[in-house]
Amino acid sequence: MPCPFEWKTTAPRIIIVAAWLKRFGLVLALVIIVAALGVAKPGYLEFGNVVIVARQISINAILAVGVTFVLLTGGVDLSLGSLVALTAVITAMFAHPGAYPLIVPLFLGIAASMACGACNGVVITFGRVPPFITTLGMMTIARGLAYVISGGRPTADLSPAMKRIAGDLAGIPIPVLILAGVALATWVILARTRIGRHIYAVGGNENAAHAAGINVRRVKMFAYVLCGALSGLAGIVLVARVESGQPDAGLGYELDAIAAAVIGGTSLSGGVGGVGGTVLGALLIGVISNGLDLLNVPYYYQQIIKGMIIIGAVWLDRRNATRI
Amino acid sequence: MSDLLLQVRHVNKSFDGTQALADVSLDLRVGEVHALMGENGAGKSTLMKILAGLHTPDSGEILLRGKTVSLRTPAQALRHGIAMIHQELMPIPDMTVAENLLLGREPCGRFPGWIDRRALRTEANRLLSPLHVELPIERPMRNLSIAQMQIVEIAKALGHEARIVIMDEPTSALSERETQSLFVAIDVLKRRGVAIVYITHKMDEVFAIADRVTVLRDGCHVATRPAADLDADALIRLMVGRDLREIFPKPCAAGKEIVLSVRGLTRAGAFRDISFDLHRGEVLGLAGLMGAGRTEVASALFGLAPAKTGEILVQGRPARIRKPADAMRWGIGMVTEDRKGQGIIPAMNVKHNLTLAALADFCRGPFIRRRYESAVAEEHIRGLAIRTSGNRQAIAELSGGNQQKVMIARALLTQPRIVILDEPTRGIDIGAKVEVYAIIARLASEGRSIILISAELPEIISLCDRVLVMRQGTLAAELDTAHATQEEILKHAMPV
Repeated sequence: MPCPFEWKTTAPRIIIVAAWLKRFGLVLALVIIVAALGVAKPGYLEFGNVVIVARQISINAILAVGVTFVLLTGGVDLSLGSLVALTAVITAMFAHPGAYPLIVPLFLGIAASMACGACNGVVITFGRVPPFITTLGMMTIARGLAYVISGGRPTADLSPAMKRIAGDLAGIPIPVLILAGVALATWVILARTRIGRHIYAVGGNENAAHAAGINVRRVKMFAYVLCGALSGLAGIVLVARVESGQPDAGLGYELDAIAAAVIGGTSLSGGVGGVGGTVLGALLIGVISNGLDLLNVPYYYQQIIKGMIIIGAVWLDRRNATRI
Repeated sequence: MSDLLLQVRHVNKSFDGTQALADVSLDLRVGEVHALMGENGAGKSTLMKILAGLHTPDSGEILLRGKTVSLRTPAQALRHGIAMIHQELMPIPDMTVAENLLLGREPCGRFPGWIDRRALRTEANRLLSPLHVELPIERPMRNLSIAQMQIVEIAKALGHEARIVIMDEPTSALSERETQSLFVAIDVLKRRGVAIVYITHKMDEVFAIADRVTVLRDGCHVATRPAADLDADALIRLMVGRDLREIFPKPCAAGKEIVLSVRGLTRAGAFRDISFDLHRGEVLGLAGLMGAGRTEVASALFGLAPAKTGEILVQGRPARIRKPADAMRWGIGMVTEDRKGQGIIPAMNVKHNLTLAALADFCRGPFIRRRYESAVAEEHIRGLAIRTSGNRQAIAELSGGNQQKVMIARALLTQPRIVILDEPTRGIDIGAKVEVYAIIARLASEGRSIILISAELPEIISLCDRVLVMRQGTLAAELDTAHATQEEILKHAMPV
């Protein structure tokens, strides 16, 4: 019997197909669910409902993109729900009609979240405290700050300019446009720039990245600060949408964001994943909960179904990973 | 034959269309040490994983004492008396030695689910006593050396009444003395009638302990011979399939110009007062026993673990090297010893791994010039003969030798004048070793200076112009390799 002397000629093609299937699988699932809903509920595919879904997912998707960066470095950020609240409170405080130009509340709101993200980064990189613990602490700290600053009360009475952020532009909701911009910019960062490549390297093998001359601390700082900034952005969108800044806003958002990233194929151990998958993951969650709403499935049951989808998606992902 | 223990018959196995094993047969006799040899990717590990129940063969059968058995899970294999001691050991570090030893078979106490701690200790001692070792069985596993952990694994196999023990490169991280005590343990197993399958790259070990040798090449069975009928040359011929007349290239003459001076380099607990010069185009060997401080000195020069005191002068100018990025700016590149831990990024493809350290050179502003990056990656894949299906193949799929060449290419892309190679040929097959030797010779002829760390003295003597011998953190001797012998180097390396 002759020896097979070729050097793994067939393996890569199969891997490319598998990679496509993995990405395509998510799209396929989405298409099937949408088609099923379209049949079950006439009117589901109407433009109006599509816009509603897109608007609903925009906040979670922005957060999920932020947390994707942190997950890619091999970390985790549990504080972003609280950062949403902190930004919401601060933004609302400075957004009363006739008080300041719109740029002031926006800037202060995002700056607050970025500062918290930077604190996370410093404690994790210089203090060597595990990300889980650090951001768990920050989750409580930022929430507390939001209560202190607001006195525990929602801040309403916002300027029309502030409210317009949740409005439409040429028939498309502005939050959706913001999400599109965020997704595009972050995709470019991850896929086309040096810092993006470094993020994958640090998450893939931190020691090897260090030995390759990469400033690991700077890369991690970048991820946490960016995650903070995007949490702030999500907070602003939330304020505009609910027309008030509430200190108990964003409870549990971090878990939805992580779930979207994970469903989208981002690995919790770092180095694998991307923005495209994360946005698809957020879309899948959004479409399913919207569909369940339309089918009049009670909210409590929706929670159970969502949990099963999260586990199921990762389970399928794992099965693919071990086969290769 | 009554002493026939296990037969593997006509086994085939392929992964995603790649044939890993083609019609391989093997038999094991009671009480023999059967060495399994072959280059990386020859199919040794696949075959052993089939025996250990980690892989299922596509076709073929396995007979234990003449009866067909099915080995679909490690638990099944263990029930049939087949135990595998993995290359990377998997103890539970915070449990005690005794607990690890009897993991999954803890003796029960008075109540179901309770563990009888006294019985646990007695049983652990009973398993360890035939192996002639003193181990602190009440201490956490993490206190043991790798060699001691291996002994625990062997004792564990005894506890499972294993009749076949598979050892995958057990000595790759052991010192000479530890290797000897492992051989003693193997002898104990042998006398109890256990058959041992021994996978290794080291020739001398084969001739020291093996009764028979089976060589695999490219997934095929090449030969099974009594070890006594073979010598090293014959074995290499079987493994590589060709003669290796000229393994080592001739070193070329080193220049006079000093490119690196090290003066009084010290890091407490690792090395002290290290001083030497490195010339242009020179290959400088760093020899010594494990733990003598060779890797530590190299890590200090590259900024992975900076020295506390002392001076590093690069071309006469004092260099402050606190991290690898500093070293690269000073024209120093390094291929680390720990390819898995400090080298490859497994989730990335070949191209991205290759360009990682020099990525800034491929950028316009923050953006990567991807076409240029691909072109340079292709050039280096061809230049170093890296066997890959394309620059987008995942690096984890490459053989050890090809991964190593990617690591060398990564270091070379930073345009170093000084290249530190820490055990560049460890764990790679002979064919790839020869290629690495040729690369070293070529780098030196290009005028680069090389610091070569290797535990294999023939490598040091044949490739280097000069050799520094380290002993217990200090420089013990500087020898000219034109005259030095292995014995001389060892004499200086031995602790006094």
